Amino acid sequence: MKAACWFGKFDVRVETVPDPEILNPRDAIVKISSTAVCGSDLHLYDGFIPTMEKGDILGHEFMGEIVEVGSGVKTLRVGDRVVVPFPISCGNCFFCKKGLFSCCENSNPNATLAEKMWGHSPCGIFGYSHLLGGYAGGQAEYARVPFADVGPIKIESNLDDEQVLFLSDIFPTGYMAAENCNIQPGDTVAVWGCGPVGQFAIKSCFMLGAERVIAIDRFPERLQMARQESGAETLNYEESDISEALAELTGGRGPDACIDAVGMEAHHGHGIVHAYDRVKQTMMLETDRPIALREALMACRNGGTVSVPGVYGGLADKIPIGSIMNKGLTIRSGQTHVQRYMRPLLERIERGDIDPSYVITHRMPLEEASKAYEMFAKKQDECIKVVLKPEH
Amino acid sequence: MANNQNNLGQRLALGLAWFSIGLGLAQILAPRRMAQTVGMKKSKSNTLMRMLGAREITSGIGILTQRKTSKWLLARVAGDAMDLAILGSAFSSKRSDRNRVIAATAAVAGVSALDLYCSRQLSRNGSDTKKIQVRKSITIGRSPEDLYEFWRHFDRLPVIMNHLVSVEPIGHDRWHWVAKAPAGKTVEWDAELIEDDPNELIAWRSLKGSQVDNAGVIQFERAPAGRGTIVHVELEYSPPAGMIGAKIAKLFHVAPEQQIGIDLRRFKQLMETGEIARTEGQSAGRATSTSKKYDDYVRA
Ligand SMILES: NC(=O)c1ccc[n+]([C@@H]2O[C@H](COP(=O)([O-])OP(=O)(O)OC[C@H]3O[C@@H](n4cnc5c(N)ncnc54)[C@H](O)[C@@H]3O)[C@@H](O)[C@H]2O)c1
Ligand SMILES: [Zn+2]
Ligand SMILES: [Zn+2]
Repeated sequence: MKAACWFGKFDVRVETVPDPEILNPRDAIVKISSTAVCGSDLHLYDGFIPTMEKGDILGHEFMGEIVEVGSGVKTLRVGDRVVVPFPISCGNCFFCKKGLFSCCENSNPNATLAEKMWGHSPCGIFGYSHLLGGYAGGQAEYARVPFADVGPIKIESNLDDEQVLFLSDIFPTGYMAAENCNIQPGDTVAVWGCGPVGQFAIKSCFMLGAERVIAIDRFPERLQMARQESGAETLNYEESDISEALAELTGGRGPDACIDAVGMEAHHGHGIVHAYDRVKQTMMLETDRPIALREALMACRNGGTVSVPGVYGGLADKIPIGSIMNKGLTIRSGQTHVQRYMRPLLERIERGDIDPSYVITHRMPLEEASKAYEMFAKKQDECIKVVLKPEH
Repeated sequence: MANNQNNLGQRLALGLAWFSIGLGLAQILAPRRMAQTVGMKKSKSNTLMRMLGAREITSGIGILTQRKTSKWLLARVAGDAMDLAILGSAFSSKRSDRNRVIAATAAVAGVSALDLYCSRQLSRNGSDTKKIQVRKSITIGRSPEDLYEFWRHFDRLPVIMNHLVSVEPIGHDRWHWVAKAPAGKTVEWDAELIEDDPNELIAWRSLKGSQVDNAGVIQFERAPAGRGTIVHVELEYSPPAGMIGAKIAKLFHVAPEQQIGIDLRRFKQLMETGEIARTEGQSAGRATSTSKKYDDYVRA
């Protein structure tokens, strides 16, 4: 089959690789009909997540048709149409039973490596480095899905792929980011980053009752999408001082909650801050550039919540711990517990409350994955979200 | 506004300066400890470590005494890069302990977790000649009865312990163990059950005169509030006459405590999910399905 493989920084190639096989009783094989490139993939593409190996198959946002099931899978049949969540979770362990699927204790075969880096290991993730299990991903014609009796959700209505594909990651991720804000009537939420995750976070904040959402980015087309699709107010951080603007917009108090939907590769328009983090990150003295996170922590009101869906990999410097402590902030984060949100969010899509396909700007054949990565990474052609289609 | 930012910058720099001086002093005063902490061979590294120490202090004092700190900050940044380059070479040399290098890399890369790792190193010292003892615990979401029942059949252990070839019952509560050794060889020994408290504890020990003198005990402790069972394992390996401990350690692919940790995790996976998480045999855009570099090291 054809699959998009990582071969190094800025080097994604579509290769012919062996078709996947059932390896464990609870596995299934999915014939992929649609698969997307995620902002998280850019961290791999840009070389910021360690333990990638040449030839690793990328991709963790995919859906398709079940073509084979292992002997232990009783809930799915060949022919079922499914969306696959990006966390690989067993459903049996302490964390899965609590609904903390991305904290699954049983799905990362390389947990020892993750423990060294983080103290404890999260779940395995498709196509997301050997630190997170070294599982082959879903930017391919077929994928092996472990614990297929727990993760994939059956799509029985005749919704298009594009309407349900994002249940695999970014819609639940935006939703969980908003849910983590514990939104109360009258609340204002500020969202850093208007990529696909930011867009769904903004949308979800309103779904959960936010009075106002202030969206921050520098790309006009992304800010425009936030205004048009969700009714957010927007700030371009290259044009205004974010901390001053937020204070002004919130009557001096600061947003009730802040969402960092940017993550480890934040960009800073100017100044010593950006240089500091760029140098340290390039020389591997810190792994993450927490520019948006620092801003969010400083801007958030006393006793507020900072929700962090943005991905961080290791260590970051100059985190304003004094601000966290003295303002009594709550920080909530995590890889998304996607399995927890798929059913309720699918119902919202089926009811017509939301059609998540609005974030898609580009559709390309899987063969053009390399171009898709470059385009998305460089924000060329106003690219916001790319969906890849394997040609079977 | 701009002024404020400058002041902030100055104060941030001060923090870095003190970190430099502390690190430098440690490198000068305790070069061997530092070298061990970062996983480098002792003999060659003292001078190097002292050199690095002097550099750290110079840049630290530089930052503290200069009005304009950026130059010294760069020195510090360059210094860090130098450290990392050295750690990098330690990482690829076989002699160095990769765990330590990883830990030290993490330390240099932004956290001063040195004392933490120093204390761990100290507790590991002396393992060259004495017994190797390891302990490990894990919480498994099954009853003590279920877990005891699995382990009591020693012949099942190769399912969770990749380094075992087989464990065959030979009667009278004795088993014949065959383990993989480097270069395609095997080591074998006979062991007997020495304690058996149903659902609570199992202990075994190799018979006198075994190639590898070893003993083990596993305890099953019911966790509160239906959280399953806390499993404690202790293993002990004694070097036979003429064989130093380091060689015994070589029987293991990785450090023994890491090995038992991996084995216990597989035990947990099997008992909780009915299977062991794997990627061996999956598709990849290269000849091997998994990554030799990482997986060998952590899956052993
Ligand atoms: N927690 C999870 O489970 C999960 C799941 C999916 C994605 N993510 C993470 O969410 C983040 C966003 O993903 P995405 O797909 O939207 O990516 P994306 O790259 O499309 O979006 C990031 C956006 O942040 C903006 N940005 C950069 N620096 C900024 C700054 N200083 N202030 C404000 N905005 C800034 C960029 O212009 C860009 O529009 C990534 O870190 C991704 O890894 C996390
Ligand atoms: Zn994603
Ligand atoms: Zn689990």
